[in-house]
Amino acid sequence: MSAVSAGALPLDVARLRGDFPVLGQRINGQPLAYLDNGASSQRPRAVIDAERRYAEEMHANVHRGVHTLSQRATDAFEAARERVRRFLNARSSREIVFTRGTTEAINLVAQSFVRPRVGPGDEILITWLEHHANIVPWQMACEATGAVLTVAPIDRRGELDLDAFRSLLSPRTRLVAAAHVSNALGTVLPVAEIVTAAHAQGVPVLLDGAQAVPHFKVDVEALDCDFYAFSGHKLYGPDGIGVLYGRESLLAAMPPWQGGGDMILSVSFAGTTYNRLPFKFEAGTPHISGAIGLAAAIDYVDGVGLDRIAAWERELLQYATERLERIDGLKIIGTARHKASLVSFVVDGVHPHDLGTILDQAGIAIRTGHHCAMPVMEFFGVPATARASFALYNTRAEVDRLAAAVAAARAMFR
Amino acid sequence: MDLKDLYRDVILDHNRRPRNFGRLEPPARAAPGYNPLCGDQLVVYATLDGDRIGELRFEGSGCAISVASASLMTEAVKGKSRAEAEHLFGLVHALLTDADAATPPELGKLAALGGVREFPARVKCASLCWHTLNAALAGDPTPVSTE
Repeated sequence: MSAVSAGALPLDVARLRGDFPVLGQRINGQPLAYLDNGASSQRPRAVIDAERRYAEEMHANVHRGVHTLSQRATDAFEAARERVRRFLNARSSREIVFTRGTTEAINLVAQSFVRPRVGPGDEILITWLEHHANIVPWQMACEATGAVLTVAPIDRRGELDLDAFRSLLSPRTRLVAAAHVSNALGTVLPVAEIVTAAHAQGVPVLLDGAQAVPHFKVDVEALDCDFYAFSGHKLYGPDGIGVLYGRESLLAAMPPWQGGGDMILSVSFAGTTYNRLPFKFEAGTPHISGAIGLAAAIDYVDGVGLDRIAAWERELLQYATERLERIDGLKIIGTARHKASLVSFVVDGVHPHDLGTILDQAGIAIRTGHHCAMPVMEFFGVPATARASFALYNTRAEVDRLAAAVAAARAMFR
Repeated sequence: MDLKDLYRDVILDHNRRPRNFGRLEPPARAAPGYNPLCGDQLVVYATLDGDRIGELRFEGSGCAISVASASLMTEAVKGKSRAEAEHLFGLVHALLTDADAATPPELGKLAALGGVREFPARVKCASLCWHTLNAALAGDPTPVSTE
């Protein structure tokens, strides 16, 4: 007899699907099977309602007015920040900076943390698995400062070569920036080992968590990382809102990267005093409704339970891997032992772009292309892949439809 | 929308067995084309015999629509004058984008691309090779991009 805790109860996926209005529609005459969650996930009604309620009952600018609506908006916005803090288990809400998304969060660190403190010959170490958003900001910082970008290699499974990573950490390394989960392959990176190795040499670590937070519990204190970035729209929340977690001692020492309202305490033509954390990094009117929607998304995800979501997605990943592997001529790209619920693949004789169109005609939404990770594509010698990425609301029946449509496409192009 | 209308037999055939696939050495003109959205890339090679297109080849990788379109294009414009090639591009462009466009007989096999306009996301796949041909004929070394 096994003790079944509440956390181990399987998801009632059929009921949860009802929370997502967009899933009820038909696309090209077929029920929508939305398998492009790695690009952006759908929003539950709770998120849509939170944003609407904000617009209908409390919209005003934050941190400014003495009037009631401004106070309501400020309270809700700051409550959202506190909700994010709890979600990440950060020590203080001063460590939670709202951004437009993961990309902007990484750029903030590149501009405000890296650029002022690196020079010619210094190094920024990333991995081969990075999304362009965790490559290009560092290239720009390197170009401006004379620093050098170094890249830790991966193996044929799409796993990071940890030994090579460790050997690339040098006395000149000023920052390690790594994905928590690869968006192109689904690989979960060994972030604990990465942080331990980097910190042993006194090197701070930024983790790109865009593909991690929707799939499993992230605890920045346990990870001991120095920066952590993620986006709302991949976490069942709104687009245009994201988060940079930064260790308070580091954020406090960093200059602001954009100037404007809200990020100052006082301005005169003789000089300006910057606001305290985290407002120093939030110039201008923020995406208030986005932050409130993000908090609602976090409430939703925590309400369902990330452990249960992770268990269901693991089952979907295993099922999808088995189903797709059986298709003649199909090759899965990225076979790491530890993966998030995502399958990247190519099919002999069928270009991913054609596959995307054919699947769309069957009501199935997947991503095709280079996934903003062209170095990964180059490593595997493919111009593009097809990628099915799963969320809590996906079903085994949708995986069956995916497999059937891929097999049909293969037959058509034979 | 019907997939069979997009992937007509002519398209599937030219994708499977692209005509005039390969390269031409200098002094033939060459121009690269690239679709950053999906990673399609091709190079179009052409020789000019006075004002007429002599040899014409392409190489690269891409989806069925881009490969078939390039293959059909090479067959259609070989031996044509530059003005005639321009005129054909105009007809193909109308075919790809204008729902009211007629399908004049001079399009020949290129008419097989008629299904593409029902799939707006794919129009660039079909037109990339034509833009690249223009660049090759003009001797423009800047890579052509659909974006």
